[in-house]
Amino acid sequence: MPNDTRHPRPAQAVAITVRLPGVLVDLFPGSTRSVKMSASTVDEMMDEFDRRWPGMRDRLCDSTPAIRKHINVFIDGERAKLDTRLEPGTKVFVIMAISGG
Amino acid sequence: MAKHVLVLIGTRKGAFTLESDSGRKSWGLKGPFCATWPMNHVVGNPATGTIFGGGGNEWFGPAVWKSTDLGASWTHSSKGLAYEGGAEPIKAVWTVAAKNGSLYAGVQPAGLFRSDDRGETWQHVEGLQKHPSRPQWTPGGAGLILHSLVLHPNDENQMWIGISAAGVFHTSDSGRTWEPRNKGTRADFLPEGENYPEFGQCVHNLVMAAGRPDRLYQQNHCGMYRSDDGGKNWQSIEKGLPSSFGFPVAAHASDPDTAFMIPLNGDTAGRYVPDAKAAVWRTRDAGKTWQGLREGLPQQNAYFGVLRQAMATDRLEPVGVYFGTSSGTVFASADEGDSFESIAEHLPVITSVETMVVER
Repeated sequence: MPNDTRHPRPAQAVAITVRLPGVLVDLFPGSTRSVKMSASTVDEMMDEFDRRWPGMRDRLCDSTPAIRKHINVFIDGERAKLDTRLEPGTKVFVIMAISGG
Repeated sequence: MAKHVLVLIGTRKGAFTLESDSGRKSWGLKGPFCATWPMNHVVGNPATGTIFGGGGNEWFGPAVWKSTDLGASWTHSSKGLAYEGGAEPIKAVWTVAAKNGSLYAGVQPAGLFRSDDRGETWQHVEGLQKHPSRPQWTPGGAGLILHSLVLHPNDENQMWIGISAAGVFHTSDSGRTWEPRNKGTRADFLPEGENYPEFGQCVHNLVMAAGRPDRLYQQNHCGMYRSDDGGKNWQSIEKGLPSSFGFPVAAHASDPDTAFMIPLNGDTAGRYVPDAKAAVWRTRDAGKTWQGLREGLPQQNAYFGVLRQAMATDRLEPVGVYFGTSSGTVFASADEGDSFESIAEHLPVITSVETMVVER
């Protein structure tokens, strides 16, 4: 899915499914690895995480604002950005990149 | 109820605690805490028993962790711990200071944040970023970090901060305005004749003497110093020490003339203890003379360093002295440094050591 910020139609919330990394879920008691929600963009998806589990957006996004450097959000096998639009039924994978030492 | 001392340890892979009764002969290790995040500084507020840990994770960014049950459970927050959009994001929290209801965090890139709700949310102390020298601040080896926070014991409007490599700054209006306080400290890494600038020194650690808010001790990249006027003027106290380079300094809990330092062999020589022999150096006369304390410390093949926040004293009698090494060992003295013993080994790289005495 492209970063279709030039898409002509207005953003509309659609039903999506998100898979979260277990290490992230461990930081937020009550959160789950598989999440169903409605959102129109990855940015809205992050806001919905934060609404459900306060503080989760800060763990995935920095203040630029952007998805953190070592966090990857994959949609249809491609890395998404915050402004990436979501289509109905999209499966989103939030994955930790290789990092650390 | 009896007094217990907790040694709070920050490491590259989580926080740990060591606990003993006031005899300090037997220690129990707990951890790792904070999801094995790199924890740059773990501190305790003895008034409340709360432990705060400042750190930053490669994946998940900066946060201040908190435990209100002496480490049994932890929460974390970075709400408000951010610069404005478009600015370089905060990478990690480097220091936390709690005193008299005030809670501050210093971060990388260098900046200061305050919490008025015990670490649940944070507000940027913007005055520091507005200092005219800000565009000229340059990072030290660990980055542009605000690593030292010294709060005035009686005046909540006053504090001193240390930034590598911008130097020491002081505020007397709760952070709205700041004044560089580096007069007399060297910057050997600048061209000849320009070694005493107004700011830009590479301060490594800054502490306040017991009961004397105007007396500060400083370990700098380029020398050891004491100030008796709140940092307006600094005097070198490195004579008698084996080198002018080191990271930590710790003040005695009740004697303002006593302080502890751990000189290393030099910034380009490996940054080990000199001659591979470990020693804590103690002054009893505010830096005029020094005594190398070696009993119980390795005297051969010791190739470790001690980082800037990795030495502390406790408030028991006699005062305890503690330090953690880059090779993961914690050494402790229950007799003001006269003798040491290892109380934990094989931990990750130790970044900070602090103490908290509690009744339990």
